[in-house]
Amino acid sequence: MNRARLLYRLIGRPLIREPVRTWITVLCVSIGVAVVVAIDLAGHAAAGSFRSSMESLQGSASYEITRVGGIPDTAFGVLSKLPVPLEFSARVEAYATVAATGERLPLFGVDILGDEAVRSGVGAELPDLEVLFEQRPVWVPETLGVRVGERIDLAVNDRLETFTVQGLLGNSNWSGTSPQGFVVTDIALAQQVLDRIGLLDRIYVRDPSGGEGDWKALIAGALPSGASLRPAGTGTQESRKLLRSFRWNLQVLSYIALIVGAFLVYNAVSVSVVRRRDLIGVARALGMAAGTVRAGFLAEGCFFGAAGTLVGLVLGRVLAVGAVGLMGQTVQALYVSSAPGDIAIRPWTAAVATVAGLGVSVAAAWWPAREASSVLPAEAMARARRDYEIRGASAYWSQAAGVCAAVSALLCTLPAWDRVPYAGFLGAFGLILAVAMVVPKVAAVSLSAAARPLLRLLGPGAMLGSRTLAGSLGRTAVIVAALATATGMMVSVGIMVGSLRETLIVWMDRQLQADLYVQAEARSGADAAATFSEEVAKTIEGLPAVDDVDRLRRYPISYGGLPSTLALADFRVIGRRSKMRFLGGQDIAAVADTLVASKSVIASEAFGSKHGLGAGDTVRLPIGNGAEEFEIAGIYYDYSAEHGFLLGHREILMRYLPDDRLTGVAVYVSAGVDVEAARSAVIESAAGYRVQVSRNRELREGATEIFDRTFAITYALEAVAIFVAILGMSGALLTLVVDRRAEFGVLRALGAAKRQVRQLVLAQAGMLGLLATSMGFVLGWLLSIVLVKVINKQSFGWTIQFHWPVAILLGAIGVIFAASLAAGTYPARIAATQGPTDGMRGG
Amino acid sequence: MLRFNQASKSYELSEHSVPALRGVTVSVDRGEFVALVGRSGCGKSTFLHLAGAMDLPTSGEVLVDGLSTRDLDDDQLTQVRRERVGFVFQFFHLFPTLSALENVEMPLQLAGRSKTRRRANELLEVVGLAGLGDRLPYQLSGGQMQRVAIARALGAAPALLLADEPTGNLDSETSAAIMALFRRVNGEFGTAIVMATHSVENAAEADRVLGLADGRLVSDSPSPGNARHSRSVGPPNHGRLHSSSAP
Repeated sequence: MNRARLLYRLIGRPLIREPVRTWITVLCVSIGVAVVVAIDLAGHAAAGSFRSSMESLQGSASYEITRVGGIPDTAFGVLSKLPVPLEFSARVEAYATVAATGERLPLFGVDILGDEAVRSGVGAELPDLEVLFEQRPVWVPETLGVRVGERIDLAVNDRLETFTVQGLLGNSNWSGTSPQGFVVTDIALAQQVLDRIGLLDRIYVRDPSGGEGDWKALIAGALPSGASLRPAGTGTQESRKLLRSFRWNLQVLSYIALIVGAFLVYNAVSVSVVRRRDLIGVARALGMAAGTVRAGFLAEGCFFGAAGTLVGLVLGRVLAVGAVGLMGQTVQALYVSSAPGDIAIRPWTAAVATVAGLGVSVAAAWWPAREASSVLPAEAMARARRDYEIRGASAYWSQAAGVCAAVSALLCTLPAWDRVPYAGFLGAFGLILAVAMVVPKVAAVSLSAAARPLLRLLGPGAMLGSRTLAGSLGRTAVIVAALATATGMMVSVGIMVGSLRETLIVWMDRQLQADLYVQAEARSGADAAATFSEEVAKTIEGLPAVDDVDRLRRYPISYGGLPSTLALADFRVIGRRSKMRFLGGQDIAAVADTLVASKSVIASEAFGSKHGLGAGDTVRLPIGNGAEEFEIAGIYYDYSAEHGFLLGHREILMRYLPDDRLTGVAVYVSAGVDVEAARSAVIESAAGYRVQVSRNRELREGATEIFDRTFAITYALEAVAIFVAILGMSGALLTLVVDRRAEFGVLRALGAAKRQVRQLVLAQAGMLGLLATSMGFVLGWLLSIVLVKVINKQSFGWTIQFHWPVAILLGAIGVIFAASLAAGTYPARIAATQGPTDGMRGG
Repeated sequence: MLRFNQASKSYELSEHSVPALRGVTVSVDRGEFVALVGRSGCGKSTFLHLAGAMDLPTSGEVLVDGLSTRDLDDDQLTQVRRERVGFVFQFFHLFPTLSALENVEMPLQLAGRSKTRRRANELLEVVGLAGLGDRLPYQLSGGQMQRVAIARALGAAPALLLADEPTGNLDSETSAAIMALFRRVNGEFGTAIVMATHSVENAAEADRVLGLADGRLVSDSPSPGNARHSRSVGPPNHGRLHSSSAP
């Protein structure tokens, strides 16, 4: 009890008496925690959403049957007749765009007549055949705002189809996971509108006994060639696995604000130790144990962490709404077509927040707490030494920084583990730590060297400001390290994104050689592309304005436990037209000849990297008899999708995938023909099909827009980290002003004008900003090498050409420097209000 | 040089007003060395703050070199502190991160003077610290720090030097040396000095002793040691102190 009272007097009371400093520190921790929580929640919502729609329809099925290109529906009849106590449920899957709103929703064709489980799930009564074939019934989400009995137009592939709303799907239809918006119709109708008569996309298998029995071999034997039986939800798991790198990268970035917050907790507790050094001395002289002192300051860190965690959890839940919007867009554009799921705080989220906020704060407080407890009473009470608080610039830290940097460099040479670059992340963190360790030395040297030039340039106030900062390295260095870390991350992400963007633009210049691109008007997703009739390509081919046409078809496949895409293209055209580049330096014309003449494919760099494959290797594809082998003729540079592509000649692959519908057509306009005129001709020729024709420039602009949107969240994360650092810097300057108010009083007594005092603090803010941005720039450059060469390469498998986005970097650094100056304005105002007698009143 | 006309000063605390100085009327002439004595809390520091244009009277007026501080704005008060008054504190209040030389230079630099380094070196020589200019305050003894503070206060060659218990934090030997320095400054440069002190011995070094009690001036008499120290050290040497002080 006594000890608690003592701790309260030593630690608690000062925290209450300095609410601004206390709450700034708590706010910094809480923002750091909030960002971590928001990204965790948003990542889970964005990644968790694929399961909701389809899997909530599947019920409790334990297995699923799939086949690239579709399962012949005769297989369903064969399976149903097998002597096994199983229930089978067939699906046709596609996407439909609501014509009135442009909203893209999954479209599921289910057996409304024969599948009672699904029918009850949808809440549908058994419709009569007349309704089924004449009214074209659909069940749509009630959120669409349409009523039962109304007509609804849905764009499906290259057609606009009109349906009748037969029922509304709401949360009440489902137990457990709430369904994301989707449209359900009868399977036969779906096959008809999708032009997939006789084909199914998926058959779910359910054992009513709940067991797995000995029926797998029996089913496998009855399946058509190329079909596979796998645990239900495998695709979802594969998508999640693919998303892991994306989520990991964002999660790690989200920790930057927390690291910055940790620096600020360290600073806050250090300041407490410095301020109460004489009190500690007195308390120790009166018999307080070193452990009690240490516990007291750790308790202060604990308070910052606990309060920050609580506020951060609430703030994180709020921020998650914005984050899930940004992440959801990226996931849909680049990974999988699904709307984000619910944002729910799980026990895991609370655990992450607690470990992040409380753990980091206590860890940050440990060093100053240790220092407080190790000081001898006589030393602590020595006034002159306390006043002159130069600490931390010892050679020890510089040497430790060197070791840390060397270990980081070593870590960066290690390969990814399970496709996540853990060593690379550790290496990046080590670099941040190394720069933080070297900050005191650099700050001491720079600030001392700057004093005389500052005197000449800005007057004695700036010189004194510089000396004061150099004399308070214990806190100055931490603030510089915090802002340098935030700046460094901003610079590194700026360079990485700028490099990737530039690489993408150069790549598009080479890759997109056609003048016009045709695709179905119903929008496509990363994992599913809308198709249109081959007739469209044939008609375009016959136009006099058109010189060449390349037909493209994409199939989502599963390879090596990861989702991927198998694409069919006309390599006779590509060989003539494309400037595609290969990692091995091969010539596209020669590679195209190989693809046209043999059973071979080319793989994108991301595919090769994910599966450890190179030119000359063989891939076994789940098409044809289920294990067709193709030789990889080359690995080509590709930045269009992380899941990677296998690309083969259309004529050869159509032997195994005999569906002539297309997902795209690249049109090369004849020489001398106006491209806009050619586009009009193409649009006219495709009348009757709902396709859209884009010019080359439009396609590039669209890709760049998706790119910029994708990385908006990373910039947002860095901006938050910088905000935290600036907030912390303002708080630290304010503390410095309060601690040095006697000095300001003396200055005023010696004849300093208010303006000169203000200049002093602003000069300090400017010097801190300049130091932090300079060191941040160097840190950012080093981190960008790790990001580009190690983390990005291991996470996504892309080779990125290093590029300096000069304008963006100058802008960002300029803004950070201006913000650091702005952070000094309030402390400067407070300092200027100090009168000549403040801080030295006597009898 | 310095005149208090019915000057009063009260400090507003949360619930009530605390009078620190009550209707003090007194004058200090050029070149005069005045000791200010009285118990703790009697108003000595308040007197010095008002005299140094560091604070304003609540009522009455304080004239420094003929200028009423109540009529001056903040910039003009700053000018008075820069050019006409020097201040020495009990706890020295040196800037811990500046060397002794830089501490002395500081007011000169604030005033925008040129050749500050030469002037600061001269002043350090005057106070007997030649060669110690590079030392940081924590590397100096208490007496040395106070000498630096005195050199700093003399930077602008002020006509009035105010000292708030300048020896209160020093041992008797060092204290005597500091007092000798004050007498020298007063005698050689003709600088008027007003020094708050608890020490009877130090007060005896002055020409005149003002007694304060409860914020009131209760006595104004020649120092017991007045005869011993009365201007017998020769004519004021204004030339040396002012030699490098041109703006």
